[in-house]
Order: sequence, then C-alpha cells, then structure tokens
Amino acid sequence: MLRFISKRLLSLFSTLFVATIVIFLMIEVVPGDPAAFMMGLSTNTEAADALRAELGLNAGVLERYFGWVTGMLSGDFGISYTYRVPVSGLIFDRMLVSVPLTVYALILSTVIAIPVGVIAASRRGTAVDTTLMGVAQVGVAVPNFWFAILLVLLFSTSLQWFSAGGFPGWEAGFWLCLKSLTLPAISLALPQAAILSRVMRSSVLEVMNEDYMRTARAKGLSERQALLRHGLRNALIPVLTILGLQFSFLLAGGIIIESIFSIPGLGRLVFQSIAQRDLIVVKSVVTLLVMAVVMITFIVDLAYAVVDPRLREGSN
Amino acid sequence: MKSLPLSLLVGSGLTLIFIIMAGLSFVWTPYDVTALNIDQKFLDPSLLHLLGTDHFGRDVLSMIMVGTRNAIAVSIIAVGIGMIIGVPLGLWVAGSRMNGGSFFDEILMRGNDLIFAFPSLLMAIMITAVFGPGVINAIIAIGIFNIPVFARMTRGAAMGLWSREYIMAARVCGKGMWRISYEHILPNILNLLIVQATIQFSIAIIAEASLSYVGLGTQPPMPSLGRMLNEAQTMIFFAPWLAYFPGGAIVTMVLGLNLMGDGIRDVLDPKLRQRKGQDVVA
Repeated sequence: MLRFISKRLLSLFSTLFVATIVIFLMIEVVPGDPAAFMMGLSTNTEAADALRAELGLNAGVLERYFGWVTGMLSGDFGISYTYRVPVSGLIFDRMLVSVPLTVYALILSTVIAIPVGVIAASRRGTAVDTTLMGVAQVGVAVPNFWFAILLVLLFSTSLQWFSAGGFPGWEAGFWLCLKSLTLPAISLALPQAAILSRVMRSSVLEVMNEDYMRTARAKGLSERQALLRHGLRNALIPVLTILGLQFSFLLAGGIIIESIFSIPGLGRLVFQSIAQRDLIVVKSVVTLLVMAVVMITFIVDLAYAVVDPRLREGSN
Repeated sequence: MKSLPLSLLVGSGLTLIFIIMAGLSFVWTPYDVTALNIDQKFLDPSLLHLLGTDHFGRDVLSMIMVGTRNAIAVSIIAVGIGMIIGVPLGLWVAGSRMNGGSFFDEILMRGNDLIFAFPSLLMAIMITAVFGPGVINAIIAIGIFNIPVFARMTRGAAMGLWSREYIMAARVCGKGMWRISYEHILPNILNLLIVQATIQFSIAIIAEASLSYVGLGTQPPMPSLGRMLNEAQTMIFFAPWLAYFPGGAIVTMVLGLNLMGDGIRDVLDPKLRQRKGQDVVA
C-alpha cells in the first residue's frame, strides 16, 4: 500500500510540475507589458519601471517561474494587475461561491442519476428503461448554457419562482443563497446526471450477472433486496471514478454558467481577468483548477485501492 | 441481412439532415445571412421566415444553416487533428512497447495524464484568450484535447492485438513494426476508431458552441450557433424563438451523432454493447 501511495504521489507531483511549466510558458507568450497596461495612458517611464520592479517583471524567466511556484506553495499568488490586491484573497472569495455551487450540482447530479440508473437497469428492456435512457440520451446532447437559458425562461420569466441571476452573498443568509444557486446548479447538474445515469445503469447490469448476486438470490433474498444489499455497493465503484472526473468538470464548467447567472465565482473572475489582460489571475485560477483535478484523481485512486486490494498490485 | 438497429437509422437520419442543410448553405440559403433588414427585425416564425428573424432582421433559418456548416467544419478539422496525430502516436508506442521499448510509452502516457489534468473547456478558453479569439484557435484548442483520446484508445486496442497469432506470423515473415501496424493493426481497430470519432465529433460540436457562446470561437459576421444563443440571451423575454431554434439545432445534431455512434458500434461489434454509455465521458 505504501509503495502504491508513494508511486501515485510521485506521478501527482510530476504532473503538477509540468503543468505549471506549461501554464507559465503559455502566459509568457502573451504580448504586452502588464506594467504599461496598469499605468493606463500615463507615459511616465520612471513610474512604469518602478512598477515593473515591484511586480518582479525584470527578473529572468527562470527566476520568475521559481518565484511564482514557491510563492504559490506558501499561499502567495502575487498581486492582481487590475485590482491591485493579492490574488489569493481574490480567488478565496470567489471559491466561497464556486465550490458550494459545484458541490450543490454534484449532489443534484448524483441524487438524480443513481436512482434513474438503478431503476432503468432493474427494468431492463421495458418501456420504463427505454424512456429513461431516451431522456438521458437527449440530456447528454444538451449544452448546459442553453439549458440555463431555458431554465431562466421557464422559472424566472414565466413562473417567477427564481430570480434570473445574481448572488446575495453569504451574509444575506444560507437559504437565500441556496435559492440563488439553484438554477445554476440544475443547469450544471442535469447534463452530467444524464451521463452518470447511463454509467450507473450499465454498471448495475454488469453486477446483476455476478456470482454473489446469484448466491444472494439463492439464499432467498428478493431481487430488490439482493440489489440493494449486495449489488448497489459494487455497482457504485465505477461511478466513483466518473464522480471524481465530474467534480473537476463541473468546477470548470461553472465558468460559463456563472457568467450567465451573474454569479461572482471563479468563472466570472477568469472571464473578467481575460478581458482585462489580468493574466496573473488567469494563471493562478487555471493552476488551482488543475491542482484540484489532479488531487481528486489521486484521492479517487486511493479510495479504489482501499476498497479493492487487487488494484494495488495491478497499479504498475 | 439482419435489420439495422433503430438508433443507427434515427441517428444517421438526423445527421444526414444537418449535413444536407450545411451542404446546401454553400449554394443557397433562404436569405442572405449578412444582409441587415432592420425593418424586418424580431419577426415571429412564419411562412416567409420559417424560424423568424433576429434583432438585425436576419433570417434565423439561414443563420442556422450557415452556423451548422461552420460547426461541422470546425469539428471535422479538430477531430481530424486528433486522429492524424493521436492514432500514429498510439500505434507507435504500442508497437515499440511490444518490441521491447517502453520508454516512449511512458512518456506518452504521462503526457496524456497531463492533458487530461487540464479541464478542457478552461484550457480552450485560455488558449483562445492567449492567442486571440477566432475560429483557427478554437479548432486548435479543441483538436489538442482529441489527441490523447485517440492516442490512448489506439494504444490500448493495438496492444491487445500485438499478442495475436497473425501478428506473430507477420513478424516471422520479417515485416517491421510500422508495416505491421499499418497492414494488420490499423484495419482491425478501424471500427473502434470510427465509433470514437463520432463521439468526439459530437463533443467537438458542443465545445465549438461553448467557445462561440463566450465570444472566443467563430467571429462575426460569420453566423455561429453558440453566438446566436449568446445574442438571444438578452432578448429571450420577447423573442424566445431566438434561443429555442439554435439550441434545438445543436441538441438534435449532437443527439443524431451520438445515436449514430451507438448504432455503428452495435452493428460492428455486438460484444461492445454492454459497455454502452461509458465512453461518452471520455
């Protein structure tokens, strides 16, 4: 087990290392001098030079790269070119919105997909199965930003149950915030739920043919009991991987959804920063998201290895 | 001859409709998509304008036809990039691994992990942000993410084949790694590649729409389904059809492609049927 963990950790760090180089180089390629940009129309070269020195832009490429990485390790992401505040604080504030939104969407997607998958699998070949999987097939094809527009049309314009966008801030109360995150979470979650329910269905179908399920039936359990007590737990294993992937997908997919609903999350921050050429913010957010993906993959791998000892040996 | 699965018929039917629409738009559209007719703006769908007109009085059906053509072109090139680079890469590392060297294989797989670590949409946004918005950069951004998909799939399938007897026979005959890959392995994994290409194609359509939606893909005045939706968003309260139709076009096209992919898989390889649904995620 220890060997497995250390091996995975090694590949985690090497991926992160190379990823930071890629991100850093990409941003380096961008033409334009941030200091000149921050000075706006002013042509005071002395002030620009001072600013450049303050931002650490005069150092060599290598020095700046290592400065950036070691800074991040200690939680210092640099100073935003446009807001003139530490990037870490900026990102932290936005994460307080984006992470709850992602978790909300993930919970919705799971709560919908698992029952749908199980029901479809246990009624395989019936009209119920065909209908559910037909809906899922359409769900996979729906772009979430279009779904968001439709939700606004239905729930904000026609029914007026939810506001079309905005976020009151956590100090306004938990339920109010939850309400304003509901439409964005649904539009993020449903297309994902469609994918997840298809995986769940095929996973349950696979499990139903296993020997231990036959044993469970043979000892007198009904089909439902056998499925709930023995089948479900095993069928959930492949779903775990997809869930891990989806968390990062949702976090990134939130970028567009957040802009549609004017929610002050990471996504809005990325778009504003791109528009304002505030590339240090873009760089940091992308790095954080990549880190999140890599960490989640690592945790899922680890969870697998804990659940299923066979995977530890098969890891090479 | 056994009957074809329903999904294949429906899927290829839907796909064909869009291909015809896109092809037709080269020579004819009901109205000119770049001509502005302010006095004709926000017309409800009618016989004159089957899907209505937008805020500039442009015919929505014509715009969808041209937008579909662009979406298809972008996706074909992006998936093409993925296949042209990814498939030979996969064949190469599988072949070299089976012939004793695992060095390049390790590098390729780590490279794959690296690309998969970047949330694809975010990365595409970053690429277009850095190199400038536009259709070429959108194609590159989508194409890059197709490379590891095809490389990984080709590698896995090819490695399974390298231990077969007929490959052994070919080696005994003195054929080299590339010749075996080309003459024996490629034809045997073509089925898989076709199915994967259909799925990647539908993913590319959505990706192109997303990028255009945020203004980083196809640029005006070229119509694009994604940007039509973006423009529609501020007008949905009085002209909802502007949001319905382009979105409906994307969904139908992607649905058609997915159904077709499922159908082709069922016809080509009944064994794969059980794995249905898992590949959509990739």
